[in-house]
Amino acid sequence: MGRITNCFDRLKTEGRKALVPYVTAGDPEPAITVPLMHAMVEAGADIVELGVPFSDPMADGPVIQRAAERALEHGTSLRDVLAMVAEFRRQDADTPVVLMGYLNPVEVMGYETFAKTAAEAGVDGVINVDLPPEEAHELSTALRDQGIDPIFLLAPTSDDRRIEKICAAASGYVYYVALKGVTGASSLDVQSVTDKLAQIGRHTGLPVAVGFGIKDAASAAAVANVADAVVVGSVLVKKVEQNVAQSDRITREITDVIARMRAAMDV
Amino acid sequence: MTVQIKQAEGALPDDNGHFGPYGGRFVAETLMVPLRELQEAYDKYLCDDDFLNELDEDLRQFVGRPSPLYFAERWSAQLGGAQIYLKREDLNHTGAHKVNNTVGQALLAKRMGKTRIIAETGAGQHGVATATVAARLGLKCVVYMGAVDIARQAINVYRMKLLGAEVVSVESGSKTLKDALNEAMRDWVTHIDGTFYIIGTVAGPHPYPAMVRDFQAIIGREARAQILAQAGRLPDALVACVGGGSNAIGLFYPFLDDKDVAIYGVEAAGHGLETGRHAAPLCVGRPGVLHGNRTYLMEDDNGQIIETHSISAGLDYPGVGPEHAWLKDEGRAQYVAISDDEALAAFHNLTRVEGIMPALESSHALAYATKLAPTMDRDQIIVVNLSGRGDKDIHTVAALEGIKV
Repeated sequence: MGRITNCFDRLKTEGRKALVPYVTAGDPEPAITVPLMHAMVEAGADIVELGVPFSDPMADGPVIQRAAERALEHGTSLRDVLAMVAEFRRQDADTPVVLMGYLNPVEVMGYETFAKTAAEAGVDGVINVDLPPEEAHELSTALRDQGIDPIFLLAPTSDDRRIEKICAAASGYVYYVALKGVTGASSLDVQSVTDKLAQIGRHTGLPVAVGFGIKDAASAAAVANVADAVVVGSVLVKKVEQNVAQSDRITREITDVIARMRAAMDV
Repeated sequence: MTVQIKQAEGALPDDNGHFGPYGGRFVAETLMVPLRELQEAYDKYLCDDDFLNELDEDLRQFVGRPSPLYFAERWSAQLGGAQIYLKREDLNHTGAHKVNNTVGQALLAKRMGKTRIIAETGAGQHGVATATVAARLGLKCVVYMGAVDIARQAINVYRMKLLGAEVVSVESGSKTLKDALNEAMRDWVTHIDGTFYIIGTVAGPHPYPAMVRDFQAIIGREARAQILAQAGRLPDALVACVGGGSNAIGLFYPFLDDKDVAIYGVEAAGHGLETGRHAAPLCVGRPGVLHGNRTYLMEDDNGQIIETHSISAGLDYPGVGPEHAWLKDEGRAQYVAISDDEALAAFHNLTRVEGIMPALESSHALAYATKLAPTMDRDQIIVVNLSGRGDKDIHTVAALEGIKV
């Protein structure tokens, strides 16, 4: 049983929902990432989503685009990100780490090499934003062979036919993108999320994480009422951007947001 | 020349949009259902006589097709080898081949009930061609253009604005065509319901590479019939410039089964392939995934897309249509590269010898023809796609020569 499944099982028995913060690895500089991951766990994160910077982040809004640009200025590569996960694992054997990024860096590394290196580093799940299940068979097989969950996105536009196909291809959890748009866009509508999650629930027993459009503790709590996990990204990355000049404040500001969300979700 | 789009059984791409290992549909989930709807609409209308008749009428009356196949007699004599014919896509309304595709996609948008059109543009030719059809059909139009390209293609920016389009300056990444495409994709994913994204080249997720090719293939169908009528035989070689590759595939596609016709796609060597400052993914890149499809890319060892350089904004793109990647691997087409300086020389040469001012993009194809023709016999024939006219480039050319216009 993998860390992701263990995590959701434990939360279920505790009657709690998973809080899943996203930060871009290497933003604003590589040295901050591993300590930040530990601090986020300390503040109440259950799973850490680590963004792999890519030069052409087509599905991301300006906040995460700029995060990728900052990380790439320091040359943060997929290999560097895997090394960060390995370093994180030296002190944290339990918290699941999920990589989120785009396919091309993985293509260049090679599926087998990537899956093997990621497993050795202690990666638990991989989300490639631009890899729908139709094109994912080969990579998913390589990941599963190494005990890593391929995690797929669902969208408001996904109909029953697609939900069925995506849930069949996924393991660990599925990630419902609650907005038609890019990361960091407008706020989500909890009622429509509730309806969509009911539709998704008819196709899968996998936990469902919800992300895109969660701005604050109130929206995190509202989503936690209906989803298994709450993913928060742009709000945190914005804290990085606002404090690029004083990086000692980044960790504190991010953990403050996480702690407030945690408290609101656990009420 | 009647439009005929329906493909033969077994033709590529396959049902999932693959040309061998290339192509496909690599996009965020939100776009998968809209792409399926586009595919279904396209499959339906390419068999619909009303649609095809309207497209045919628009291509004749609005675009001005068929475009001539001009025998460049004086230029051929100077080069001293093969006889060169120019497919005059520069004479189309809006001055380039791009309009063949925008007319087709806009008609499709109208049939699908979409009211808002978006597009990306590099040189501005596709943006102008999109703004033009949007104006004619009364559709709202937003064009994404890299800030660097806006600076070097000011005339086309103004043309788009005159046509009523909103031109959005893209400030992210390298601020060129690839970033404009990223931004247009972000717009599309945010405004799925009423928006139709007119991609200007044979790249992007399936069905775009096939659809844009099918709309551009009128170039090759006309050229094939024209050369048979004018010269009494098929050409020995085809030459076209390749950025994303739409004018090239448009010329090449109807000749793919004519195995004796050699096919040359000409990429931008920029300052030279050895300098790294170029835009020649087929010549020196390697396969990867960008903008919804698998194809040859300009990328570093970590899979990051690297900045390209070409004197011509329309070739300044780190990827290439997946069908070209396939044709390269299959050996059916050869891909070569021409430097900025060579393209510029061809620009001047054709202008002075034939009285035709070519676009800097097309000048790459012409420059390769000047190398190829002398190696061939006088009774052999080359068809070059003169994909656009050079008026838009006169400021670039003048600036390079220290002349203020």
